[in-house]
Amino acid sequence: MRNFLLIFQKEIRSYFNSPIAYVVITMFLVLSGYYFYNVFASFSTVSFQALSDPMLQRQSGLLNITERVVRPFFGNLSTFLLIMLPMLTMRSFSEEKKSGTIELLLTYPITDAQVIMGKFAGCFGIFSIMLLLTIPCFGFVVAWGQPEIGVIVCGYIGVFLMGGAFISLGILISSLTENQIVAAVLSFGSLILFFMLGFAATKAGPGMRDLLNYISFIPHLYSFAKGVINTADIVYYLLFIFVCVFLNMRALESKRWRG
Amino acid sequence: MIEVRNLTKHYGSQRGIKDVSFTVEKGEILGFLGPNGAGKTTTMRILTCFMPATSGTAKVAGFDVFEDSLQVRRRIGYLPETVPLYTDMKPPVYLAFVAGLKGVPYRDVKKKVAEVMDDVGLNEVAHKYVGELSKGYRQRVGLAQALLHDPEVLILDEPTIGLDPRQIKDIRNLIKGLAGKRTLILSTHILPEVTMTCKRVLIINEGKIIAEDTPDNLTQRLQGSMKFEIRVLGADKEEVREGLKGLNKFKNINHLTGEGKDNSFRVEMKEQRDDIFKELPVFFAQKKWGLRELKQAGLSLEDIFIQLVTEEN
Ligand SMILES: Nc1ncnc2c1ncn2[C@@H]1O[C@H](COP(=O)(O)OP(=O)(O)O)[C@@H](O)[C@H]1O
Ligand SMILES: [Mg+2]
Repeated sequence: MRNFLLIFQKEIRSYFNSPIAYVVITMFLVLSGYYFYNVFASFSTVSFQALSDPMLQRQSGLLNITERVVRPFFGNLSTFLLIMLPMLTMRSFSEEKKSGTIELLLTYPITDAQVIMGKFAGCFGIFSIMLLLTIPCFGFVVAWGQPEIGVIVCGYIGVFLMGGAFISLGILISSLTENQIVAAVLSFGSLILFFMLGFAATKAGPGMRDLLNYISFIPHLYSFAKGVINTADIVYYLLFIFVCVFLNMRALESKRWRG
Repeated sequence: MIEVRNLTKHYGSQRGIKDVSFTVEKGEILGFLGPNGAGKTTTMRILTCFMPATSGTAKVAGFDVFEDSLQVRRRIGYLPETVPLYTDMKPPVYLAFVAGLKGVPYRDVKKKVAEVMDDVGLNEVAHKYVGELSKGYRQRVGLAQALLHDPEVLILDEPTIGLDPRQIKDIRNLIKGLAGKRTLILSTHILPEVTMTCKRVLIINEGKIIAEDTPDNLTQRLQGSMKFEIRVLGADKEEVREGLKGLNKFKNINHLTGEGKDNSFRVEMKEQRDDIFKELPVFFAQKKWGLRELKQAGLSLEDIFIQLVTEEN
């Protein structure tokens, strides 16, 4: 536990000692803030128009703030995270391999699992800060309308879990190369692939379709944004993280084998 | 304390080390001498559990480096050749981090870090980031992190490489101070380094151990080839060569550098213990040549290798 905390602390420190954490958090907040402003502004415009236009009022869902603002917002957060999280995870192991510090780290009396979990937690910490800073946006929503709080809470839980999955994959990939750019591009690409598996599902046979749908990120994200916490979705994300951490341990071990 | 048996390591198809065996007793200082690419780092990386061997076994304090890796790592302090450190921390913070990982109890961390920083002389740079330190100080931070948990075994990979002469002297003194209670393995590609610090030397070349002896014995074996460098003024190259030949004391008279009436030669004595320092100046005075320089040629590692390899054949 102590080793885990030490690695965690060191990771957080090194994120804030370099510009990475500041740049990624700021950029993420600018993007999500700007997006939020836009959906929220167009929602208010439509609401005002609806006051004098009975036609608009009758369109179902158009004036539902949960439907019009909250859900699209969470949907887009996942896209921003897909771009931003690889920027956080790319340095995780690559940097240590490049600078050689991994040689000392792995010869200290600590387990590989402690190293990996510490790095995961460090990155997850930065990600949490970033995500929690988007909460004020919902202050507006709550002040202006009556959104379903449950949906917001579920949305956050879903995004947290999904971020965890992104991070575990990113760290796994960064343990495979000493080049940070390569790590970023590979993580970015494989995350997009996991999203696109859902597209292939529409053309696949029935058994295959279920499988692809289960592996893809999209369906799991949507169910959280609907405001339901589905055990299957939670299991999916936790399983995803577990598999990545497991492969990561194998990767470190095989690094030892091959030198 | 350390027991290495038939250790072999291949990097893909490339040879790292082949059939390396040796033992180190508790409290002993072992020098690991060999040119670049000989396999020193490879051996040390296996001993420190950074990577496993292709075949063979290595035990530290009775624990196998592969089977009981954590036990071995608890007992070893390691300074890698490249001294990889986190550059974005200040030495005390970095050392506290490492002390934690090495299992120094919470309440002792501060005391231990202060103690080690004192020992290696880091106090004057405590406020700087590791990335801003000179190579010499970085080496000290590297030594400090190796010492934090009072390891029984210290493994130092070329601890003086890339330092200036004063820093080399400081680090060597530090290492000498460390010796005694600890078992120490030190690698180097410089001969004087082992003669200064080690009680026993292993010579490794192309992945194989080719000799094992005390530094004194090694130097003894080298006495057979007493080499000198002579710089002569006031005579042509050929003239000097003839003169030296006429003395009938030298073999292998080689012209090193120089032209006109200023030349340097490397000569080898035919027999040992001739008092060349007395006789040569007299001879030169007779000839009215200037003796600008007369020194014993450094016993280079290459000399040893040539010696050892030719002995074997
Ligand atoms: N990571 C590696 N991959 C491939 N070959 C390596 C690697 N590390 C070392 N070698 C090779 O193994 C041999 C021994 O190297 P090394 O142990 O670093 O020697 P030394 O430390 O004595 O200079 C060299 O021929 C080197 O090229
Ligand atoms: Mg080396």
